[in-house]
Amino acid sequence: MSDSRTRIMGRLKAALDQRHNPTVRFSGADQRMKFPPLGLIPKRGQAEGPARIVMFVDEAEYGHAQVVRLGDLGQVPAAAAKICQEAGAGSLKIAPHPDFQGLDWSGRDVEFGIGHGDDTAGLSRAFAGVAETGTLVLRSGADSPTTLNFLPDVHLVVIFAHEIKASYEAVWAMLRAQAPVGGPVLPRTVNWITGPSRTADIEQTILLGAHGPRKLMILLIDETA
Amino acid sequence: MSQKPPACNDFQLGAKKALDNKRLQAQLARTIKEGFQYKRRKGMSRLPEYDALRDRARDIKNHTLDHLDAYLERFEDEVVKAGGHVHWAETPQDARDIILDICIAADAKTVTKGKSMISEEIALNDHLAANGIQPIETDLGEYIIQLRDEPPSHIIAPAFHISKEQVADTFREHHTHLKADRDLREPTDLLIEARGELRQKFLNADVGITGANILIAETGTALIVTNEGNGDLTQSLPPIHIAVTSIEKVVPTLEDATTLLRLLARTATGQEMTVYTTFFTGAKRGDELDGPREFHIVLLDNKRSAMLGGPFHDVLRCIRCGACMNHCPVYACTSGHAYGWVYPGPIGSVLNPQLLGIAQAHVLPNASTLCGRCEEVCPVHIPLPDLLRTWRARAFNAGKPGGLQRLGLKMWAWLARRPLSYRLMVRFKMSLLRLLVGKRGRFTWFIGAGGWTKSRDLPAPQAATKHGGTFMDRYQRGER
Repeated sequence: MSDSRTRIMGRLKAALDQRHNPTVRFSGADQRMKFPPLGLIPKRGQAEGPARIVMFVDEAEYGHAQVVRLGDLGQVPAAAAKICQEAGAGSLKIAPHPDFQGLDWSGRDVEFGIGHGDDTAGLSRAFAGVAETGTLVLRSGADSPTTLNFLPDVHLVVIFAHEIKASYEAVWAMLRAQAPVGGPVLPRTVNWITGPSRTADIEQTILLGAHGPRKLMILLIDETA
Repeated sequence: MSQKPPACNDFQLGAKKALDNKRLQAQLARTIKEGFQYKRRKGMSRLPEYDALRDRARDIKNHTLDHLDAYLERFEDEVVKAGGHVHWAETPQDARDIILDICIAADAKTVTKGKSMISEEIALNDHLAANGIQPIETDLGEYIIQLRDEPPSHIIAPAFHISKEQVADTFREHHTHLKADRDLREPTDLLIEARGELRQKFLNADVGITGANILIAETGTALIVTNEGNGDLTQSLPPIHIAVTSIEKVVPTLEDATTLLRLLARTATGQEMTVYTTFFTGAKRGDELDGPREFHIVLLDNKRSAMLGGPFHDVLRCIRCGACMNHCPVYACTSGHAYGWVYPGPIGSVLNPQLLGIAQAHVLPNASTLCGRCEEVCPVHIPLPDLLRTWRARAFNAGKPGGLQRLGLKMWAWLARRPLSYRLMVRFKMSLLRLLVGKRGRFTWFIGAGGWTKSRDLPAPQAATKHGGTFMDRYQRGER
């Protein structure tokens, strides 16, 4: 343990011991982490059924993302090709996700792998969506490289309608449920993505496409539609 | 970039310079009300629960501060469990040394940086540069001010005081390998150029350094919020990621962090959520194809532990949204540089005296009208005006201000405690003013009030007849 740590902790404990008994303090903290209180979830973070999907789409579009609705996963290669063509993107870099590896990409200019500096378009698989703000949740892993979320000019993200949850809290619950026993609760990186990259650093003018993707295309697969 | 020594006590000089700068005043008029304030109002109006969330956020931070040692210990355990390294830095010097050592061990030549106020607080860039490591700011605003060798003027919009024409000039001066006659008139042209310049730097950097807006004890997670994606590229591309932040940023759980996030962007920029909210936990995992192989987090104290349980305890709730400066009538006239150090606006006027010592910043608590708007808009209800008053009292007890100002205050205090003398004095001054003004009843010029009389007349007091007189005269006549 470093001296800095000892001194900082010493000061904290000295100040806190005057307010609370340390045993009570530590057990209070443990309780909160063991049984995290839910907090205030706004009304629009509680939408159910079709209203939830509508809210997700509306909020995503409010954040300048574009949503393309598809009937099933098999339509992804054609839809992706069309988007790339319209955006003037050359090849498509695809996350090595089993859902994508099983699709028919024959005759298309695609490559599986992580993000590179000159990628024009990238395709990722969302872990979940949050209707409340039209936010995509992506988690890092062998099938979902983080660099692919930020380097391509056009970022395409596939999400199924049933993966859209009402609130962020619902997504945390999913991640907690999947955590390996004894291992870290969260994957190395969890990205919440709400719209394409932007900046307002020049005279507070909002411009899209700062360092990340200029365009965010959400491919929403609704098999019931 | 070279950080200048703190100049908080030169506030009046800085304020005058800002007020005399017509271009800056036009820029402030355009960006403060129509930009920051309008955006926040719009964001608030889209979420009916906004105010209720503020109360929750205050309670979360209060609870965390009451259990701060417990949550920091758990945070540390979880980071280590996820393969990361935790470093404790008592002082800015400690933090600089820790970061430099990591960079040297990695034989780093260049370092990309996400926007971090803590890295400004510890003057990290100077230290890296002095040791042969090139720091590259990647947030567009930070990149612009780094090229211009200026400090940030706002905690979330560091270059908002600079016009697009100035940015164009700066780019022409520094990007000399590009064609001299290129078109840089529009903000889009400037953005495209900066994106192009920085892309290769992101890819080539040996180390990435970011801040962390929030730490989550339960999971050992740190998070950053960005709109550009620069912090996220800094966090995911280089083989080593260092996050530098301060100890009071921790909260207990993912749910608690979520409550703060529902407020942070909405209060700062009126957005529903920042474009990128990136949660990172430890180093690259075994099966991953990308991500940093080493993850370090540096936890800075720098006098925060001394604030715990003391008169400035509430400041530790701050989530650095910038709303207090966006709504401060003083900041709206001076912008950030006048405040003389890293943190401007009301939060800076409370924080800088703590971090630098009151002798170094005793003028700042007076750079306020105590109008209370900062407290009104604060998402975690920090009683900023009360804290400014506390600093004023402390400064006074420490002998600041001195000389004539102090003598004046003493004379006023003497008078104010003697009602009869006070009333006599007021009556005498009123008569004197009426005598001086003559029949017109208005001054077109008055000593020491030239700024006022330049644009409007100063009315002289009326005699104690039908409508005039002192406050006491009118009160006794039943005008209440």
